[in-house]
Amino acid sequence: MKRFFAQCYIWLLLIVLYAPIVFIAVFSFTESKVLGNWTGFSTKLYSNLFTGNMQGTGSLMSAIENTIVIALIAATVSTVLGTIAAIGIHNMRGRGKQAITFLNNIPMLNPDIITGVSLFLLFVFLHISQGYVTVVLAHITFCTPYVVLNVLPKLTQMNPNVYEAALDLGATPFQALRKVLIPLLKPGMISGFILAFTMSLDDFAVTFFTRGTIGLDTLSTYIYTDARKGGLTPELRPLITLLFVGILILLIIINMRKMRSSNTAAE
Amino acid sequence: MNRRSSWALPYAIFLVLFVALPLILIMVYAFQDGSGNFTFGNFTKFFTDADAIGTFALSLEVAIENTILCILLGYPAAWILANKKLNRSAVTIVLFIMPMWINALMRTLATAELFHMLGVQLGKGTLLVGMVYDYLPFMIYPIYNILNKMDKSYAEAALDLGATPWQVFWKVQVPLSMPGVTSGIMMVFMPTVSTFAISEFLTNNKIKLFGTIIQENINSSMWNYGAALSLVMLVIIGITSLLQDNKEEVGGGTV
Repeated sequence: MKRFFAQCYIWLLLIVLYAPIVFIAVFSFTESKVLGNWTGFSTKLYSNLFTGNMQGTGSLMSAIENTIVIALIAATVSTVLGTIAAIGIHNMRGRGKQAITFLNNIPMLNPDIITGVSLFLLFVFLHISQGYVTVVLAHITFCTPYVVLNVLPKLTQMNPNVYEAALDLGATPFQALRKVLIPLLKPGMISGFILAFTMSLDDFAVTFFTRGTIGLDTLSTYIYTDARKGGLTPELRPLITLLFVGILILLIIINMRKMRSSNTAAE
Repeated sequence: MNRRSSWALPYAIFLVLFVALPLILIMVYAFQDGSGNFTFGNFTKFFTDADAIGTFALSLEVAIENTILCILLGYPAAWILANKKLNRSAVTIVLFIMPMWINALMRTLATAELFHMLGVQLGKGTLLVGMVYDYLPFMIYPIYNILNKMDKSYAEAALDLGATPWQVFWKVQVPLSMPGVTSGIMMVFMPTVSTFAISEFLTNNKIKLFGTIIQENINSSMWNYGAALSLVMLVIIGITSLLQDNKEEVGGGTV
C-alpha cells in the first residue's frame, strides 16, 4: 500500500515535469505556425529541419553548427590544458597549490551571469573585439576546472613511482608521458571531456555576454532571440524533440552499462 | 620530481588572466564613474532607487520560495527513489536526472508555451511554477545520492534500540542527509537568484529579476552600474556559499 502511494507520487511528479516537453513533441508533428493549434499530422517540420528549408534560411543551421564546433574546441583545449595543469597541481605543495585550487574552484561556484559579465569587462578592458574567439576562450575558462577535478583523483590513485620507473628504464619524459601517464589518466580525461562538452553545449549566459555584436549565434542565443521576437520558429519543435529523445536513449544506455558492469562485479 | 609542478604554470597564468583579473575588473568598474574617476555613486544609485531595490528583494523572495518548494517536493521524491522497498526501477531515476542534461532555455520555453496554450495568465505564479520545473531535478539528485549511499544499519540500529519509524526518519535519516540538502540548496538557490532569460520567458517580460537588470545595464553600455550590481550579487552568492562549510562534493555534474 505504501509502495502504491509512493509510486503514485513519483509518477505524478514525472507526468507534470514532462508535460511541457511532451506537448512540444506532439506539436512537432503538425504544420501549424502557432503552438497548440492542431492542423493534422505532418512530418513537414522534420523535413524542413533537415533540408534547411525554412524562413530565415540557414541561421538555425549555422547556430547548431556553431554550438557543436565551439563545444568541441572548448572541450578539447580544456582537456589538454586541464590534464597538464592537474599533473602540475598534483606535484605542488603548500601555498601555491592552495592558491591555484582556489582559483580553479571560482568558475564552478560563480553564477553564469557573473562569469559572463566579468569576462565581458575583461575583453572591453583589453580592447579585444568580441566574437568567435572570445566565446571559445570564455568556454575554456568555465570548462577546464571540471577537467582538472576529474583528472586529479586519477593522479592520487596512481602509483607515483611508475613515471620515475619509466624514466629510469630509459624512456624520454615525452615517452613516459605518452605511454605511462596518459593511459593511466585516460578515464579521468574522458569524463572531464564529456562534462566540458556538455557544459559548453548547455551554456547560454556566458556566450550571451562574450559573443559581441557580430551576430554570432549558438543554439541557446538563437532560441533566446527567437523567443523574444515573439513566437518560436516552428522548426525548433522537432529539434527539441530529437535532442530530448537522443539524450534519453544515451542516458538509458549509460545506465544499463553501468548496472551490468556493477552486476558482473558483484558476481 | 618537483620540476613537474611547473606544468601547472600555463594554467596558473590562464587562471589569473581569465578568472582573477575579470573579477578584479568588476570591482574596479563598480567603483568608477563613466570617465574612470573613483566614486561610490553606482552604489548610492542602486540603494536609493526604489525600483532596483524592489527588483532585488523580489529576486531574493522568488529564489527563496523556489528553493523551499523544491525541498518540499524533492525530498520525498528522493527518499522514495533511494528506498529499495518503494522503488525498484532505475528508469524513474534516469527520468528525474535527465532534465539536468537538457538546455534550460528549451525547457523553460516549452513550459511557457504550455502555460500559454492552457490560457494561464503569465505572472508571478507561472514564474514560480516554471522555476520549480527547471530546478527540481537539481534538488532531487544530490539528496538521492546521499540517501542512496547512506549506511542502512544506522536506521536498523535505531529501530532495534526502540525508536519508532517516524523517529528514525526525523532523528537519523534527515540529519544524515543534510549535506545533500545543502548541496541541493546551492544548486537551486544560486542559479535562481542570478537568472535572467528564464524570468523573461515565464512572465512575458512583465516581471524583472535582478539578473535582467544587470544584463540590461551591461547591454546598454552602463558598464559601471552593471558592474556594481554584479558586485552586489557576488556578495549574496558569497554569503550563500558560507552555508556549505564542508568541502565535500555531493552533487557533481555526472550521472
